[in-house]
Amino acid sequence: MNLALRDVRRNKLRFVLTALGVGMLLGTVIAMTGIYEGALTDALALPRAEGAALWVVQPRTFGPFAEPSRIPRDTRDLVRRMPGVAAAGAVTFQTVQTAVGGKPVRMFLEGYEPSRPGGPPDLAAGHGLTESHYQIVVDASSGLGLGERVPLGPYRDPYTVVGLTHGMVSSSGDPMAWVNLLDAQALQFAVPPPLQRRELAAKRNPPTTADINAVLVRLEPGASAGAVEQDIARWKHLAAVPEAQEEGYLTLFVIQKMQQQLGMFMGILITVSAVIIALIIYTLTMDKLRSIATLKFIGAPDRTIVGLIVQQALTLGVAGYAIGLALVMLVKDRFPRRVQLEPRDLIVVFAIVIVVCLAGSVLGVRAAVKVDPAEALASG
Amino acid sequence: MADAPQTDPRPRVELRGISKHFGEGERRVDALAGIDLTVRAGEMIGLRGPSGSGKSTLLNVVGCVSEPSAGWMRLDGDVVYDARWLRHDLRRLRLMKIGFIFQTHNLLPFLNATENVAEAMELAGMSSRQARTRADGLLDYLEVGHRRHAYPGEMSGGEAQRVAIARALANGPRIILADEPTAPLDSARAHVVLDLLGRIARDHEAAVLVVTHDESIFQRFDRLISLRDGRLVATEEIGRAAGLAAEASLPTP
Ligand SMILES: Nc1ncnc2c1ncn2[C@@H]1O[C@H](COP(=O)(O)OP(=O)(O)OP(=O)(O)O)[C@@H](O)[C@H]1O
Ligand SMILES: [Mg+2]
Repeated sequence: MNLALRDVRRNKLRFVLTALGVGMLLGTVIAMTGIYEGALTDALALPRAEGAALWVVQPRTFGPFAEPSRIPRDTRDLVRRMPGVAAAGAVTFQTVQTAVGGKPVRMFLEGYEPSRPGGPPDLAAGHGLTESHYQIVVDASSGLGLGERVPLGPYRDPYTVVGLTHGMVSSSGDPMAWVNLLDAQALQFAVPPPLQRRELAAKRNPPTTADINAVLVRLEPGASAGAVEQDIARWKHLAAVPEAQEEGYLTLFVIQKMQQQLGMFMGILITVSAVIIALIIYTLTMDKLRSIATLKFIGAPDRTIVGLIVQQALTLGVAGYAIGLALVMLVKDRFPRRVQLEPRDLIVVFAIVIVVCLAGSVLGVRAAVKVDPAEALASG
Repeated sequence: MADAPQTDPRPRVELRGISKHFGEGERRVDALAGIDLTVRAGEMIGLRGPSGSGKSTLLNVVGCVSEPSAGWMRLDGDVVYDARWLRHDLRRLRLMKIGFIFQTHNLLPFLNATENVAEAMELAGMSSRQARTRADGLLDYLEVGHRRHAYPGEMSGGEAQRVAIARALANGPRIILADEPTAPLDSARAHVVLDLLGRIARDHEAAVLVVTHDESIFQRFDRLISLRDGRLVATEEIGRAAGLAAEASLPTP
């Protein structure tokens, strides 16, 4: 055992408390990388679950998740008849907020046509939509249970929860929910009767509930996505976005937002950790100055003394990292957002910790190298 | 550890005109002013003098911790100082040739007795296992073997002092420097330590220089040297080796 570890062993309690503090800081940094990766996974969960090869949307929009995309409902039949298309399903997306049993619930709602592309992936409990109205499938993260009634829309129509999914949230972290397309269209586009009468009297276009946000297209085996894409683009009011590009839009958006939000936090946390580690190493060194002077006095080379300090800094950093990682592992399933630890991120954080520890030892090492061995003689 | 002849003529420490001052101008303090001194192998010398007379400064200079301002110094046959340091590896020189015993024991608080002694040997390049075995042997020699697992904070002053002496002996030093080693000890313990240092001087053929204020132990030295204002003012031949050649010159005060 070397000097650094022996000192740690002799001052166990103090070392453990310090490592705990550093561990909490590093744990927060690790959690943030996990939240970042989790958000990416969440953002992609929905488009991947749809299993569509192409998304038909309003031209010059970034798809239904990024901005409003409004196309006529008959687009689905139009697309379905194109060569190479195996199936097409009309879908709508919207955010709904309501209260269940006095508790506010916000969900990202998809309207879809049962038996066509779209709708929830494998259910964790219950069943899919069996009736054409007032049934809803929700993600378990909403806190809702089977059989609960969810009031939606201007008339607070009660929707009964018939199925539950697991781990399906929108790119902003809201739980997903699915209802029948007709219900969703009514929720999104229907206007109340007084406004309807007023619009008719003014001879304006009667409001329609026949619009949708996108059509999901599944291709026949061997069909070329590019050819179908071009076929669709010939209708000037439609555009087809390949699945990969739809994912690209989503992650671009999520990455930008998360990088801004988390990047700053992580920067601050890493700086704070660096300052704290440097301070701790510096005080640990100051407490040992007499021992260091004695070591020099009896003839220890600077190498030994620098090693003592740097090894302690690294021990502290590695112990703090391990504690931080353990803390994150413990709480990550209880965290309100998905925390996804990726080996690549863990390695990067570890490398940062090592660099920070080395940088943090600089102050201590400088103080130690400057100590005059004669100070060992000072009585006291 | 064969008995060395008490008249071994080999000088371990030779100082010629060693001076050391601190500060400049009005604040200048001449801590040492032209010290000539020779200490031979097997000799144990007492260094006395009023506070501020330069005793610690002299030990620091001989121990190559403090650079003289002028003079010439030879340690164990090598000229190490001649108006400037002639060696660049002073720490290595200290590690291999010089053993220090401080007033307060100066053991490393986070190492136990064995580790404190073994550390000095490991620094000199010995394997950890060999160092521990040898360290335990030294602790037994100094009769503190039973405290080998104790930490400095758990030892009595006398025990810690003997562990510190064991550490000073770790690498078979040619020169042993002790600054008031008996200060924290009672008179009986002080005599034990002095006996020990005398035995080490003979067994290891080392030159031993001991700073002390303690009159009750003056008789234990081969020579007793008095310092005043940085000068040697008196040399008394006493005790067990009165026949030993005395070479400290007596400059006019
Ligand atoms: N680092 C230093 N800087 C300035 N002056 C110093 C320094 N070290 C010693 N001195 C001065 O040199 C003189 C000799 O000091 P030294 O410590 O050698 O005395 P000493 O004989 O050991 O005294 P004591 O018996 O009190 O230990 C004193 O006047 C002291 O003030
Ligand atoms: Mg002194």
